[in-house]
Amino acid sequence: MQTVLHPQHGLRIYRHMDEPEPLMPLDPEYVGVMRISNAIFAAFPLIGALVLELSQLTVPGLFIIPAALLAAWLVFVVPGRRYARWGYQLGSDRLRIVRGYLFYSDTVVPLGRIQHIDVDQGPIMRSHDLATLTVHTAGNHNSSVALPGLRHDDAIAMRESIRDYIKAAQG
Amino acid sequence: MSEPSTLTDESTGEGQRLHPLGLIIGFVSGLPQLIVPILAALFGVRNSESGLGAVSVFAIVLFTSLLFRWIAWLRTHYHIGEDDIRVERGLLSRTARSIPYDRIQDVSIEQKPLARLFGLGEVKFETGGGEGDDAKLSFVSLEEAGRLRETIRARKSGVGAVHAETEDAIDTPPIFAMDTRRLVTLGFYSFSLVIFAVLGGAAQQLDFLLPFDLWDLRHWIGMAEERGVVLETISWNARIAGALFALAALILIGVASGVIRTFLTDYGFRLDRTAKGFRRQRGLLTRTDIVMPVSRVQAAVISTGLVRKWRGWHALQFVSLAQESKQESHHMVAPLARLDEIWPIIAETGITPPGDAAAMQSGRFRWWLNGFAVVLPIVFAAMAAVMILADTSLARASLFLLIPMAMLLIGAFEWRLYRHGEDGSQLYQRRGWWRQKLTILPQLRVQSVEIAQGPLARASGLAALRFGVAGGKLEMIAMPLSTAREIRDRVLAVAAPVDFSEINQRG
Repeated sequence: MQTVLHPQHGLRIYRHMDEPEPLMPLDPEYVGVMRISNAIFAAFPLIGALVLELSQLTVPGLFIIPAALLAAWLVFVVPGRRYARWGYQLGSDRLRIVRGYLFYSDTVVPLGRIQHIDVDQGPIMRSHDLATLTVHTAGNHNSSVALPGLRHDDAIAMRESIRDYIKAAQG
Repeated sequence: MSEPSTLTDESTGEGQRLHPLGLIIGFVSGLPQLIVPILAALFGVRNSESGLGAVSVFAIVLFTSLLFRWIAWLRTHYHIGEDDIRVERGLLSRTARSIPYDRIQDVSIEQKPLARLFGLGEVKFETGGGEGDDAKLSFVSLEEAGRLRETIRARKSGVGAVHAETEDAIDTPPIFAMDTRRLVTLGFYSFSLVIFAVLGGAAQQLDFLLPFDLWDLRHWIGMAEERGVVLETISWNARIAGALFALAALILIGVASGVIRTFLTDYGFRLDRTAKGFRRQRGLLTRTDIVMPVSRVQAAVISTGLVRKWRGWHALQFVSLAQESKQESHHMVAPLARLDEIWPIIAETGITPPGDAAAMQSGRFRWWLNGFAVVLPIVFAAMAAVMILADTSLARASLFLLIPMAMLLIGAFEWRLYRHGEDGSQLYQRRGWWRQKLTILPQLRVQSVEIAQGPLARASGLAALRFGVAGGKLEMIAMPLSTAREIRDRVLAVAAPVDFSEINQRG
């Protein structure tokens, strides 16, 4: 693995050195989206810790400090690292999606195996004009593979080109 | 996959009706559901003096049920169309379901005991959507069921011929069948003590009906003592004999339930190769008859166990686009067979046994050690916990070490038997030591490829390579990352240029 900096916004991106074709990074605004959703997720243990803290069961700070550290890690550290490891590449006959900060995963779906394609936006993503592209295959394992953090227009364009490929392949 | 479209009733001509005798079958098998309304109605008339009230309640409930079934029967038609089959039903909300022939993966005919009595069958059309609620016709006569299946299969292939050639008259010998002796053998291997779980569960649920507490051992001892047995005077020999007797009874029951279950599902097992694919018939009380088109077979799985392998027995299953049921994702093709019976069946699908070109590889033992590394700290923590909190001696706490020891031993067995291979047209994976499984997957059937690494695997430079298959998956493990990438690239070079629609027409 090596670290490169994104040419436009200077965010860190990890890549394998022997990659034959370079992987595309996600939209940098996706880091902000992950921050918000992680913050919402981290709020629950934080509130729980706060309640326990206020009931003054033990030494002050026994609950709130670990919870706050966890929240800080989730909000400030994790999104950047996960972003750095996301990458995709739409080749002539396949879609490759690489991700995973703790659990690395490198998935390739041949375009000729795609059954249908979704483009969807959650509320947080919508506010940043981002979208998730999901491709479905007939396989039981990896029957749907999702690629989040794309510009909405890019996601639509990718969907169209995949559709064109499938149409041409079916003849 | 979308649901078969539901149309409003407009342009439909009169289709065909279901068999009237099906009405009676539906009525009889629906009787248990009538218990609650009958009880409710009886509760309503509980104050009436004469017994006439109760009788008329029975009559009214049964008559109403029959009336509704009759109306439903009147309003149900099916119609074999030019390019779809249409089933219309309903009185107030009328629905017409259209199932295009292209979507139908499988036509199966099922005969429950009662239906067999009347010579009727239930025809199910599976569309592979996996939603479960596909169309079925219950019930039509057996000849009509066979005719329907033939017609649909002919239409599907684009022949359009209506002449229905019933397949009941099979003159070619089956490609696999099981005689009674083999059924019994299979029954022995299906040894099962699940009956005790069922009985125990039933006893737990229904013990309020018993006049005593079933689980109270003292009650049983008391019962024995009432009959003049003094527990202390039972000799050791008698005790040992009693224990052996109990064990023998346990084994006998286990074997018996295995044999009975096997007879119920696999009696008269017969596999035929027809023009379109494989046809499998089996079952004692509920006889099933399914057809698997050859082009739908995605992969072959040959499985065996330690004892079975020693005796030379194997089972063959096909991974198929249409799933057998919610529980089983694979179609059983030969439950107990010799390898030289299995390979010819597999050959019908174009799948071949692994040759020298497959170059079957072992995994890296490090992969299994990683699992060990995760457990070890937990075991040490548990040892420390019992020593500090429960004042256990070190010798006793060391018993915990048996867990990682057993894991290591099993890991070693698994590593010893694990193999994966690739030969340019197929993928192979063999795994398991107690239940051994060889999966053969044509590379064209690969739906997706994933290289995965957990934190420990990444630290040791190892990876798993997972292939998505319609109806299953094939996972190669314990290989260096670079090997995983090489295999992936080779497989994609074969699989990616061919479209899904092309693959499923082959065969």
